[in-house]
Amino acid sequence: MYQAIVFLPLLGAILAGMIALAGARARFPGKGPAAGGEDHATDHGGHHGGSGVHGGGVIHSSHHEAEEHEPAAVGSRTAELITTTLLLICMILSWIALVDVGFAHHDMRVPLFTWMAAGDLKVDWSLRIDTLTAVMLVVVNTVSAFVHLYSIGYMHEDPYRPRFFSYLSFFTFAMLTLVTADNLVQLFFGWEGVGLASYLLIGFWYHKPEANAAAIKAFIVNRVGDFGFALGIFAVFMLTGAIDFETIFAQAPALTGKMINFFGWQADALTLTCLFLFMGAMGKSAQFLLHTWLPDAMEGPTPVSALIHAATMVTAGVFMVARLSPLFELAPNAQAFVTLVGATTAIFAATIGLVQNDIKRIVAYSTCSQLGYMFVAMGVGAYSVGMFHLFTHAFFKALLFLGSGSVIHAMHHEQDIRHMGGLKDRIPYTYIVMIVGTLALTGFPLTAGYFSKDAIIEAAYVGKNPLALYAFICTVAAALLTSFYSWRLIFKTFHGEPHDRQHWKDAHESPMVMLIPLGFLAIGSILAGLPFKEIFAGHGVEGFFRESLTFAKSNTVLEDMHHVPLQIGILPTVMMALGFVIAWQFYIRRPDIPVELARQHDWLYRFLLNKWYFDELYDLIFVRPIKWIGRELWKKGDGWLIDGFGPDGVSARVLDVTRNVVRLQTGYLYHYAFAMLIGAAAFITWFMFAVR
Amino acid sequence: MIVAALFFYLFAGICVASAVMVVAARNPVHSVLYLILAFVNAAGLFVMMGAEFLAMILIVVYVGAVAVLFLFVVMMLDVDFAELKQGVLQFLPIGMLIGGIFLAELLLVVGAWAIGPGIPQAITAPIPTNISNTEAIGLVLYTRYVYFFEAAGMILLVAMVGAIVLTLQHRPRVRRQDIGEQVARKPSASIEVVKVRSGQGLGSNT
Amino acid sequence: MTIGLGHYLSVAAILFTLGIFGIFLNRKNVIIILMSIELILLAVNINLVAFSTHLGDITGQIYALLVLTVAAAEAAIGLAILVVYYRNRGSIAVEDINLMKG
Repeated sequence: MYQAIVFLPLLGAILAGMIALAGARARFPGKGPAAGGEDHATDHGGHHGGSGVHGGGVIHSSHHEAEEHEPAAVGSRTAELITTTLLLICMILSWIALVDVGFAHHDMRVPLFTWMAAGDLKVDWSLRIDTLTAVMLVVVNTVSAFVHLYSIGYMHEDPYRPRFFSYLSFFTFAMLTLVTADNLVQLFFGWEGVGLASYLLIGFWYHKPEANAAAIKAFIVNRVGDFGFALGIFAVFMLTGAIDFETIFAQAPALTGKMINFFGWQADALTLTCLFLFMGAMGKSAQFLLHTWLPDAMEGPTPVSALIHAATMVTAGVFMVARLSPLFELAPNAQAFVTLVGATTAIFAATIGLVQNDIKRIVAYSTCSQLGYMFVAMGVGAYSVGMFHLFTHAFFKALLFLGSGSVIHAMHHEQDIRHMGGLKDRIPYTYIVMIVGTLALTGFPLTAGYFSKDAIIEAAYVGKNPLALYAFICTVAAALLTSFYSWRLIFKTFHGEPHDRQHWKDAHESPMVMLIPLGFLAIGSILAGLPFKEIFAGHGVEGFFRESLTFAKSNTVLEDMHHVPLQIGILPTVMMALGFVIAWQFYIRRPDIPVELARQHDWLYRFLLNKWYFDELYDLIFVRPIKWIGRELWKKGDGWLIDGFGPDGVSARVLDVTRNVVRLQTGYLYHYAFAMLIGAAAFITWFMFAVR
Repeated sequence: MIVAALFFYLFAGICVASAVMVVAARNPVHSVLYLILAFVNAAGLFVMMGAEFLAMILIVVYVGAVAVLFLFVVMMLDVDFAELKQGVLQFLPIGMLIGGIFLAELLLVVGAWAIGPGIPQAITAPIPTNISNTEAIGLVLYTRYVYFFEAAGMILLVAMVGAIVLTLQHRPRVRRQDIGEQVARKPSASIEVVKVRSGQGLGSNT
Repeated sequence: MTIGLGHYLSVAAILFTLGIFGIFLNRKNVIIILMSIELILLAVNINLVAFSTHLGDITGQIYALLVLTVAAAEAAIGLAILVVYYRNRGSIAVEDINLMKG
């Protein structure tokens, strides 16, 4: 069954891919896709390219005008149906697996085949099925299946649907490989696979230069993290001689206190290893310093944002830390760093989300912030609480993204909330589900988010981590900001006067195939909380997770959480209410206040709008020097040095030599006779003196 | 013996002097004449060495044929008196160097040579002392070196043919006899029998 | 003094060198070159006969005879070429002979 869960999406991806290739061949016989690009009515003039450095002003609407002139690809319907059906099957199987593994305790390992056996290194393909895996399977497959279903409606006018569905299924396969990995190398394979799928999907509309730039940015920033991750894997292999989890976890306790030499600095081995591994998580989950790719990733289609950048790929980092909990529990300094980064990300992303105007970017920064929450939980040792938030967050964040997609679809690809307004009567169903998602996100009592988010804040309060207090303050403040910007989004989009009369009049509800996933996710946002609270954050953790998560003997966070004072317990709810009230005041009662505030504190407004100028900073520190180095190596190193002394130089010298030699051929008989005599004299001289 | 030395220096000196004048003379006809003088003196040297046949052959062939040929060509071509052109100085230094090298090496060899010890026994055709030089040459030329003799003949034949082939110009207006064509005439091409009435003549057929 | 082999060889050497000089100190016309070649061949002949006399081997004179033959043939052909060249170019000044320029 588990092989089916993992490999059916791959089958779907391959079939859809073949359909896409066949369609491409039929569409462009003999020509490459570049030739077909000229057929598009390109509107590149309106878009300015760039490496992702946006000012606050221009919102890019999705690139649909050109695609409408293209006929749909052959076999689109088939591709959609095959992939979606396979994913729905996987979803059902994974829910069955959750019950089977989590409650019936049927943990298992499913070996597939040997991958590499080289010296001491032995890497197998095998599936590790325990509760942690089962939870992730449910999350990934559920969201992926709903996104596939939703995309049938959302991407209806797109002529390249087979390719899209192929990429979606491929992504799902890679993510499944990641979560079912039994060793670090297999996990890394899935890690890289989801990075690749992210690149392909962000840059799905590759005729848009911004999409290409965003895709490359995502891949490269991920790469920086992957570099750290790879170093971590090497360190693990160096310390334990193996890379499969069983062996590593068994040997980990013996490695505490061991020091290794890192650039002449004696460092605790486990701390260093966990720090490297966490660097990978930072990149993949868009944490504080490696976050720059996530907002730009919104260039991809909305279903992609929902699947990858809300529910699954970005949670791979969280999953990885949870999976390696035996290691992290033995490295308290690394845990402190994780908490620091998570808390900083939570507050930092929330501040930026306050002033964004693109509906998808607001939700993206919200994701970034919520991921920070999850890492805070991981850092203080409450791994299951972090997984709980991952679980619930997948539902309501995917819901918010898909709902935004529904709004965008209704407003005919308008994404700027300043141009929206008054939509609640035109698209009531979407309005209701967005309200449900926002309630869950902000932590309204009894929604799923309420249980998971409050659990994290309580865990931060009782955590023994040196940075737990900092994390507590940050998460509480972020809760306030989260509530504010989420309600801001709702009010500006659905309430008030419509700013764009024409689009408002044309707004219509999405087709059923898009509304059904929204409905299910809304139900999940509500119901994924209370029933699961005990097993994720309560007394059932031990029985549910068993060995998939390790808690050190000194880790009593889960127990202490239940004994927080009442004021702390209701603090997040208070924050949420406060945020709601402020948002109501600013955007319903007195809409002139935010405008006035923005004008008075213009520098602060622009600082937040421009994402704390991180893109500009990175451009200055990294991008420009690297481009300069690349250009110098190209022009001077390759051009002048290697070409000059190599092929070009040799050919130029040959030309020089021949040009001079040609001067010997004067055509004068006289010169030739002379040359003959010189030759004869030389020969005689040589003969006399050299030959003995 | 002093007479021999005297004659030697006489012949040698004039030979060398006339060789210099061959190159240095302005009038090309003079150059050819100096060349003839050089040949004659060389023939004298040959006589002194005892190779009188070769000396006479030198006179007959070189002077009588080759030098005369040179003279004919010089007179036929419109070869003018030559002024000393500007460019000769350009090549003079290196020319002197090359020539100097040649001379030095030759004299070096001359001064330091030694006949190998086994040579006297390896003489292929010793000069007989009781017959004339001509007879001695003849005895060897047609027996041991007959192939070379024949080859030399072939070379001369080829040279003759070559010279004619190179310089032959067919003049279109010169009328020549083509014997083959004359012999191959047929009656049908040259005679026509016509029936003529008496007293009428050939009439308009002429 | 006794005129020995060396004297004859020296004379031949000087004549040879003069022939060499004649080839490239000549700026007038090509006939001088041909005449210089004849001088060179004459020097070689003197050499051959001198050795023949000294060693008492008639082979040297045979060889000199053959050289004579070849020299005559070569002079004939050379002059024929010269005549044809003059017919085509109208000049036999050394500087004007540059048709081989490539």
